[in-house]
Amino acid sequence: MLQIDRWKRILIIGICLLGLLYALPNAFYSRVEAHNDAVARIEATGVETPELAAARDGWPSWMPNSLVNLGLDLRGGAHLLGEVQVEQVYKARMDSLWPELRRALAAERETVGAIRRVPSPEGTLAIEIGNPDQMARAVEIVRGFSNPVTTLTGAGQQSLAIQAQGATLTIQLSDAEKAVTDDRTIQQSLEIVRRRVDEVGTREPTIMRQGEDRILIQVPGIGSASELKELIGTTAQLTFNPVVGSTGDANAQPGLGQTIAPSVDQEGLYYILEDSPVVTGEDLVDAMPATDENGLPSVNFRFNPTGARAFGAYTSANIGQPFAIVLDNEVISAPVIRSAITTGSGQISGSMDFDQANRLAVLLRAGALPAEMTFLEERTIGPELGQDSVDAGKVAAAVGFVAVVALMILSYGRFGIFATVALAFNMLLLFAVLSIIGATLTLPGIAGIVLTIGMAVDANVLVFERIREELKTARGPARAIELGYEKAMSAIVDANITTLIIAAILFVLGSGPVKGFAVTLTIGIVTSVFTALFLTRLITVIWFERARPKEIEV
Amino acid sequence: MAFRLKLVPDETRIDFFRWQFLTFGISTLLAVASVVVLFLNGLNFGIDFRGGTTIRTESVQPVDVGAYRNALQPLNLGDVAITEVFDPTFGPEQNVAQVRISAQDGAEAVTPDTIAAVESALQEVDPSITFPSVESVGPKVSGELVQTAVYAVLASLVAISIYIWLRFEWQFAMGAIVSLLHDVLITMGVFALFQIRFDLTTIAALLTIVGYSINDTVVVFDRLRENLVKYKTRPLRELMNLSVNETLSRTVMTSGTTLVALIALLALGGDVIRGFVFAITFGILIGTYSSIYVAKNVVLWLGVRRDWGKPDPKDPKTRRNVSPFEGAEEV
Repeated sequence: MLQIDRWKRILIIGICLLGLLYALPNAFYSRVEAHNDAVARIEATGVETPELAAARDGWPSWMPNSLVNLGLDLRGGAHLLGEVQVEQVYKARMDSLWPELRRALAAERETVGAIRRVPSPEGTLAIEIGNPDQMARAVEIVRGFSNPVTTLTGAGQQSLAIQAQGATLTIQLSDAEKAVTDDRTIQQSLEIVRRRVDEVGTREPTIMRQGEDRILIQVPGIGSASELKELIGTTAQLTFNPVVGSTGDANAQPGLGQTIAPSVDQEGLYYILEDSPVVTGEDLVDAMPATDENGLPSVNFRFNPTGARAFGAYTSANIGQPFAIVLDNEVISAPVIRSAITTGSGQISGSMDFDQANRLAVLLRAGALPAEMTFLEERTIGPELGQDSVDAGKVAAAVGFVAVVALMILSYGRFGIFATVALAFNMLLLFAVLSIIGATLTLPGIAGIVLTIGMAVDANVLVFERIREELKTARGPARAIELGYEKAMSAIVDANITTLIIAAILFVLGSGPVKGFAVTLTIGIVTSVFTALFLTRLITVIWFERARPKEIEV
Repeated sequence: MAFRLKLVPDETRIDFFRWQFLTFGISTLLAVASVVVLFLNGLNFGIDFRGGTTIRTESVQPVDVGAYRNALQPLNLGDVAITEVFDPTFGPEQNVAQVRISAQDGAEAVTPDTIAAVESALQEVDPSITFPSVESVGPKVSGELVQTAVYAVLASLVAISIYIWLRFEWQFAMGAIVSLLHDVLITMGVFALFQIRFDLTTIAALLTIVGYSINDTVVVFDRLRENLVKYKTRPLRELMNLSVNETLSRTVMTSGTTLVALIALLALGGDVIRGFVFAITFGILIGTYSSIYVAKNVVLWLGVRRDWGKPDPKDPKTRRNVSPFEGAEEV
């Protein structure tokens, strides 16, 4: 007959109360947010100022404090989709391989003959040898530089693909090695982007890999996408190169193993530099903004022991010679070495303001990106626009809720009220789940919630209509209610599973806002089935037990 | 007896097949017309799908589209579209416009210089102007988004039909698919006809329509399946009418509550998601219609095997009435 076990009742009511508890923080959004920020701040710095303590005490710490994350379209901020130019790493690898190979091949000059690097497509290394008939020996030497690559798919692959044709030896990374390298490049880029964004200290940035070679970056609260781009779009490849000479001609042909780089300060001035740097940014341990002896902004840096040793050795051997501080292929300055620098620290000064000095220090500390990034997509949403959307969404949801409730009560009377209670708890549960799993609410997500308000009553409507029908066959109200639930079940299940299928596809294929919509839709389906099948039923049963009506009207 | 709002009378005996040639004909006509409009007008793709930049401007001064256009003229940006945005939720000092610049040739990534140039040009026309949102999508990404969108719609149709096929019969799956295609095509046709902006969220809306429409269809099918078991000998057509009539009250009620909620959102939810909400609202109307007038007609036309468990389906004595409706070929 019409009954529900005591334990089931407790469980159903318990879940609803938990929903209320976990949804509650969202009603005091700014206060809870301030509390969370203050707690994180105190934990990070260990300092407890009165303002932080006040913010922390604004929300009791024994209460749940998870909030629904607001998406960029609601909070405002910047969104970037960057593509990492992974091929650049191939080129760097080949360029660094060349000096080693030259040494190894030169040691066997007797057999292979004179060697020289000849021009070849980017990412490959072509070497011409003097004795083509000794090519086999040359290949053998090169092969010594190749390592086996272990990948998930195929072990036993070599890292270098070597091709010999006539007197020319062409070397490039094998496909397996390229795949491994790509993966590492992206991981490094992710890590460095994360460090750079963290240095600026904004709240909860999203930095994640997307597809093969892309990185999605979402930073709430930042002013514009171009600001963000300046921060993470810079490679920040710092090198210290020996200077060969300078020229006013941008098209001057540098010798082999040399490059030409423009000066940042003086337009029209170009330096010719040795290709291989003395020290690179990788050997930096620290960088911070400072002022130079003239009181101008500058950046102080410190090398690690390896860097300090290399730099010390170079400077002591080249006193009186200029060397260049190069950042992303631009010469920041090219001072003349006055004395050996063995302390392992130095200063970069040039024309920059304090902001730029600060940013440069951040970039140097976080490390260089292994490859450049191009930006395929960028979006900036102002915080006011987001707030407008939230406000409009709130009003619309409230009006929609009231209208649905009115329609339900007018149509089903007492049962309509039951359904209303269920609908209210449905909303609470939806927000509770969104908060607990840390889901992101987007503007389409709000639409998803409003849609849920409308559709959530569907399961109830199916049941109520069924009860109405069963009442006609007049087997008593209790039996009619029971049959109503029983017979409406298959329609409810089918209808909701098909909607779930759609939501799953949206979630897998969608991005950003669409994903947010899919999440609210999915959770909305689950909570609405729960409230319709369990909560409304429980309320009905409790009412029925107390009132014991001889007949009911749905 | 207490008052009850009855959107549908307690007992209805509407013959939903009475005007079947008219309704199915209109549906077919609308679907075909939608395809034609799609080809003639094309969709007004947002930057998600064709790349480019949209800049939302806001100013205390009234929007002067002509002045904006003149200011942007010297920048040689190619195709620039400027539209003023109106919305009841805007304050009196809130004048909003949308500037859309098509993707610049050859630029794989978006160029910040272009955006900066546009912003400063507009600032010269109207110093109080602000830019609440700036969005750029490169042509490479937009191409992929188109692909993803098409996959999403196709995948949902396939997944739904497999589910219906497993739960019901293949004829039901066909009926569901035809009605879903009908809904999606006509909604897209409306977007093409009125040149409403079609972007990634519109695809989400289309999928929601698919979800809602199938929901409605499934409820009718479910009742039909029940009635097929209950009344083993009544003609299929009669049972379909019975099933639709029995579930009519629920259909109207659920569509009613959903529409009420959506209309609130359509009116008060702000202009940013209006296209999205419009698509869903329209789709729910058409989806409700199609589950009553399209899906089951297809099932009736295909017929349903009703002789499960009988020893010999070819034996005329045990063979049940499977009557495809007359003149189906003419439709």
